[in-house]
Amino acid sequence: MSRRPYVREMSKTTWYMRNGRYRVYVLRELSSFLVAFYTFLVIYALSVLAAGSAVQWNSFLASQQGVGMIIFHGLALLYFLFYQTFPWFKLAPKAMPIQVGENKVADSKIIGAHYVAWIVVTAFIFWLAGVI
Amino acid sequence: MGTRQLELEVMRYDPEKDEAPHFQTYSVPCNEDWVILDAINYVKDNIDTTLAYRWSCHMMVCGSCGMMVNGEPVLTCKTFVRDLPDKVRIEPLENFPIERDLVVVLDDVMQKLHQVQPYIVRKDDPPEDAEYKQTRGQLMKFKQLTMCINCMCCYAACPQYGLNKDFIGPAALALAHRYNLDNRDQGKSDRLDILADHNGVWECSFVGACSEVCPKHVDPAAAIQQMKVDGAVEFWKQRLGIPGDKS
Amino acid sequence: MAIAKKAIVWGLFAAGGTLTSFILPALIGLFLLVATGNVPENLQFEQFHAFAASWLGKACLFVVLFLSVWHAAHRLRVVVHDFGIRKDALVANAVYTVAAVGTVLAAFYLLAIS
Repeated sequence: MSRRPYVREMSKTTWYMRNGRYRVYVLRELSSFLVAFYTFLVIYALSVLAAGSAVQWNSFLASQQGVGMIIFHGLALLYFLFYQTFPWFKLAPKAMPIQVGENKVADSKIIGAHYVAWIVVTAFIFWLAGVI
Repeated sequence: MGTRQLELEVMRYDPEKDEAPHFQTYSVPCNEDWVILDAINYVKDNIDTTLAYRWSCHMMVCGSCGMMVNGEPVLTCKTFVRDLPDKVRIEPLENFPIERDLVVVLDDVMQKLHQVQPYIVRKDDPPEDAEYKQTRGQLMKFKQLTMCINCMCCYAACPQYGLNKDFIGPAALALAHRYNLDNRDQGKSDRLDILADHNGVWECSFVGACSEVCPKHVDPAAAIQQMKVDGAVEFWKQRLGIPGDKS
Repeated sequence: MAIAKKAIVWGLFAAGGTLTSFILPALIGLFLLVATGNVPENLQFEQFHAFAASWLGKACLFVVLFLSVWHAAHRLRVVVHDFGIRKDALVANAVYTVAAVGTVLAAFYLLAIS
């Protein structure tokens, strides 16, 4: 009897095609591109604002209009909700479990609290922007 | 009770003859209430005595019958024939070297389990004529983590372990967290060197597959994220000269 | 005791992830409104300029941008790793440099608004 273990290598570049779970994970992580994109878009907006003229600001706003931008932001919103916001809320009780007295608080309660807080925060931002 | 003919495609590998693993198909008459382990035992008893695999208890306690069934790491004693299609592919656990057929080499994870000091570490003398006290609330902090039976399904599910064998991995990290959370333990700072190093918790990217496949609902992914929070807090405590935890 | 430096950025990643999960949908919603031509009242030049000129407005915007950019940088580092590029030290330097540049730019423009 001789030992000669056979090693199956995992592809470093295509491993996430192995199953649906890995693909969902990679899609989730790609939402970080949206965070980067919107962060730099806001920084750019601030640079326009810093230039200090209403004319430039209005032409920036005008450049952001159109059917293309509606579709882009609409898709981005859906992608972000389903591949960042909702997963993040779902996983939050894992990273930050809460124990009151002897028993752990049910995950569903922690997740529910996140959704309530999210609605409040969203309403606050819309109020701040003068939408509502 | 109905019987059903199942096509088992079993991965075979004989280190003395084979260059690489290959599949062999067995047709097995299964009872509907059988688990996959029963079907494999049927093959061993009635069709092919050379098939090598591990099992012991047949009741989700021993943790030795973990295999890939249709690509999913499972305990074969817990996976029912009635829940599966007529064709079932059985492979040894992913991410481990194959010793023979469905038997994998577990040396690496055994060493990792050992490495995280999975036992109560005390810096002081034990109380005289008494045991260490623990309330129910203190037990509930980590009870779920004590359910691990070392079946290593989580390692088979973890792509980060598959890609980097130096990663300590789900079960060992969860076990370390179990002792870190135990009020009787004082070894947290001893474990920190390994846990908070590059191949410790930071190599995890929270795919979460380990927790999804865990047959005992241990949730290693949760344990690892909690340790990252700990690690991040400890890092700043050390930098700012704030004394660390009790231990 | 050695805790890998990843602990620093992981803290920023976690804080930024929570923050962006809560507020980015609303932010994208505002861009969506702008795209349809219905610019929210307080995003008009006068109002938004006044907000960004106030210290409270500056602080809010800076915290959001700072955490978002570091959150994104850390995750992009992992994404690159996941796609098979294993030169982690190089990638880490690149993404964190971009994050640092973003942080400086955000601070610079915010301070320039008065």
